[in-house]
Amino acid sequence: MHVEVTKHDFEPKIVAFVCTWCTYAGADLAGTSRMQYPPNVRVLKFPCTGRIDPVFILRAFQKGADGVLVSGCHPGDCHYMAGNFHARRRFAAFRALLDFVGVDLNRLQFSWVSAAEGGKWVDVVTELTERVRTMGPMPEFKELEHEEQWSGAINTPELKEAYDSIG
Amino acid sequence: MSRIGVFVCHCGENISRTVDVEQVAKAAGEIPGVAFSCDYKYMCSDPGQTLLKKAVAEHKLDGVLVAACSPRMHEKTFRKAAEAAGLNPYLCEMANIREHCSWVHEDRDMATAKAKDIVKLMVERVRKGKSLAPITVPVTKRALVIGGGIAGIQAALDIADAGHRVVLVEREPSIGGHMAQLSETFPTLDCSQCIMTPKMVDVANHPNITLFTYSEIEKVDGYIGNFQVTVKHKARSVDESKCTGCGICMTKCPKKKIPNEFDQGHGMRPAIYVPFPQAVPNTPVIDRENCTMFQSGKCGVCAKVCGPGAVDYEQQDTFTVEDVGAIVVATGFKLYTIDRKPEGSPIQGYGEFGYGTIPDIIDGMTFERLASASGPTGGKILRPSDGKEPKQVVFIQCVGSRAREKGISYCSKVCCMYTAKHTMLYHHKVHDGQAYVFFMDARTPGKGYDEFWRRAVEEEEAVYIRGMVSRMYQRGDKIVVMGSDIQVGVQVEIEADLVVLATAVQPQDGADLLAQKLGISYDKYNFYSEAHAKLKPVECATAGIYLAGACQGPKDIPDTVSQASAAAAKVMTLFAKDKLERDPVVAKVNEKYCVGCFACKKVCAYGAIEEKEIRDRQGNLVKKVAYVNPGVCGGCGTCQATCPSKSIELDGYTDEQIMAMIEAL
Repeated sequence: MHVEVTKHDFEPKIVAFVCTWCTYAGADLAGTSRMQYPPNVRVLKFPCTGRIDPVFILRAFQKGADGVLVSGCHPGDCHYMAGNFHARRRFAAFRALLDFVGVDLNRLQFSWVSAAEGGKWVDVVTELTERVRTMGPMPEFKELEHEEQWSGAINTPELKEAYDSIG
Repeated sequence: MSRIGVFVCHCGENISRTVDVEQVAKAAGEIPGVAFSCDYKYMCSDPGQTLLKKAVAEHKLDGVLVAACSPRMHEKTFRKAAEAAGLNPYLCEMANIREHCSWVHEDRDMATAKAKDIVKLMVERVRKGKSLAPITVPVTKRALVIGGGIAGIQAALDIADAGHRVVLVEREPSIGGHMAQLSETFPTLDCSQCIMTPKMVDVANHPNITLFTYSEIEKVDGYIGNFQVTVKHKARSVDESKCTGCGICMTKCPKKKIPNEFDQGHGMRPAIYVPFPQAVPNTPVIDRENCTMFQSGKCGVCAKVCGPGAVDYEQQDTFTVEDVGAIVVATGFKLYTIDRKPEGSPIQGYGEFGYGTIPDIIDGMTFERLASASGPTGGKILRPSDGKEPKQVVFIQCVGSRAREKGISYCSKVCCMYTAKHTMLYHHKVHDGQAYVFFMDARTPGKGYDEFWRRAVEEEEAVYIRGMVSRMYQRGDKIVVMGSDIQVGVQVEIEADLVVLATAVQPQDGADLLAQKLGISYDKYNFYSEAHAKLKPVECATAGIYLAGACQGPKDIPDTVSQASAAAAKVMTLFAKDKLERDPVVAKVNEKYCVGCFACKKVCAYGAIEEKEIRDRQGNLVKKVAYVNPGVCGGCGTCQATCPSKSIELDGYTDEQIMAMIEAL
């Protein structure tokens, strides 16, 4: 089956933070089933959505993402029992904060995609890509690019200084 | 400066068809810190792995990235190869450019660009990766088998015969499952009970098997090698240690007209009962909903007649915690009912068949009970409504199965064969009767199966009509079956005395809830998912849990027994070692920065976080910090994302690694 590929002026960059047990496996299933979806998404694998720090989402927007997807196991199906519940609560609060800051929440999608839902993965990715495509690039956070950034390392002298100053 | 090697795989043509692998390898070579890059037709093959090992030695690589299929497929393969080359296996990662790229994108330029990006991200992950040492944990050499049908029985017997202890848990009052209900089995027409009941007795008498019937799984804690499973023992109202199985309670029970579930509601049983005469154990249970004593407080006949005084109306549910190292799930199937659409379910009923209101439309399992010598009719084929011998019987295949519009698109696999068997059994018992079968395709793969089906058609005079039934209704004491014969291209109308539906095989009720307790995945129909469709058909993605039988998908008896023995073999492989190496993806605390708020402890689903006191040399308490017990930690990382002072870190998924990957976007 050949799918006609249409070229667009703007190819949004979509970053997906997914858990390894459900959504990553669901995306694998989409592959084994040879389903087709836009190639704009870059997948970062985590053990669980519970591992995803909201800082990662901010950093992704800042580093060029025009849309971010966070996806994990359905409620009740978490491989780690409750990680996705913590993630859900965390992101409910985080969305409100992003909204307050002025980020269009249409750029940030949360979904549950199980290991058996290859088709749902395709739908979610396609829908988000097309929605963000019509919204255009997201410039807001990228202007912060030049500010000094935390690398994620937890033993840096800067961090030590910050901790020591607290006493 | 790191020295990373990038190995790009063609996967035959699976990747190279849409991704320009040479370009990907070339681009990878230009990433700072990448000391070597190449592409190869099959990286996972022996020469591919040798290539990787040689490159590690020649170029003194300190990290390896294989851009190929999903890590779920070959991460272990390549980590082993990296280890053989002298690298820490956790410094070897995979970039998924097959399932997540070449297979899902058509445009070669865009797919190649995406593959390059994926490689770039993953190189950063390798760069920031750390050497990890595997954690060893002891293995409890005792297995749990959930479900006492033929799958669970076979798995339990195999494990027990190997010398390991087994706990077998069955929800119903007796083991035996669906196979005990069958009359005869295809393709040999063996009597099902004759081959099943000896195995049931073996289970009951095996010194290594602890049998819990009328029990359910309440809770599952722990991980491979070290599960703690809470089993709920439902109140039987009969003390198993006292009951001798004499059965006098059942004969004296005044309430005798309760439809027997074992006979699909067509036979009758008392309120204190064993499901069938060959039940194992032979200890009765009291059906509290139908027992006069429990409903009105007046009766107590069974207690009065019981010699050993085993009847106990005060009995309560009890709970035990079983320590096991491996779990075999064998919960089996149920049959689709044609009733009205259940609430909130994608499954549709069959309004055109009267939604199950016509008494002489029965399902295949009910026919099994009618044909069974131990069934409600003593093995005579008599129809439920008036007990007459049906002279025209219509069998309908694929009811529910292969019917997307009814909510199920899969094939139930066993129906073609059992319907052929039914026509034979009918023909043997009612010589002047005529069997008609409406079918879409006759699917008979299996040893001796097609020969069996041909016998039904050619020698046993079953009339097979290719086509489906559109409507059925009652006219007098007949059922009018309206269908089509698509080979001849005509409408067909048959006045039947009895209609038998080959309804779809579905997972047991509550299969999803059990999966949630076990932490295993299931598909949209609630069938349990195996770790790999072809190469790991009995393992779950969750380590230490194995699947057997129809809970994983529709299966006939030989396939079920094979899978059960395979699951048992997997359990024995696990039990062959005293200690088990487990993935060292666990959280660690930086005690220097931990402020002891214990936010991590609150979110940890495993209870892996303990409070640790830090004291100075004089023994004065300096502060309390969190400590992660690596044997208990599941490795989800929720604690790390929760820690406000960034002083807990999940090995293999550190903030530094993830930030570096985002940086490379």
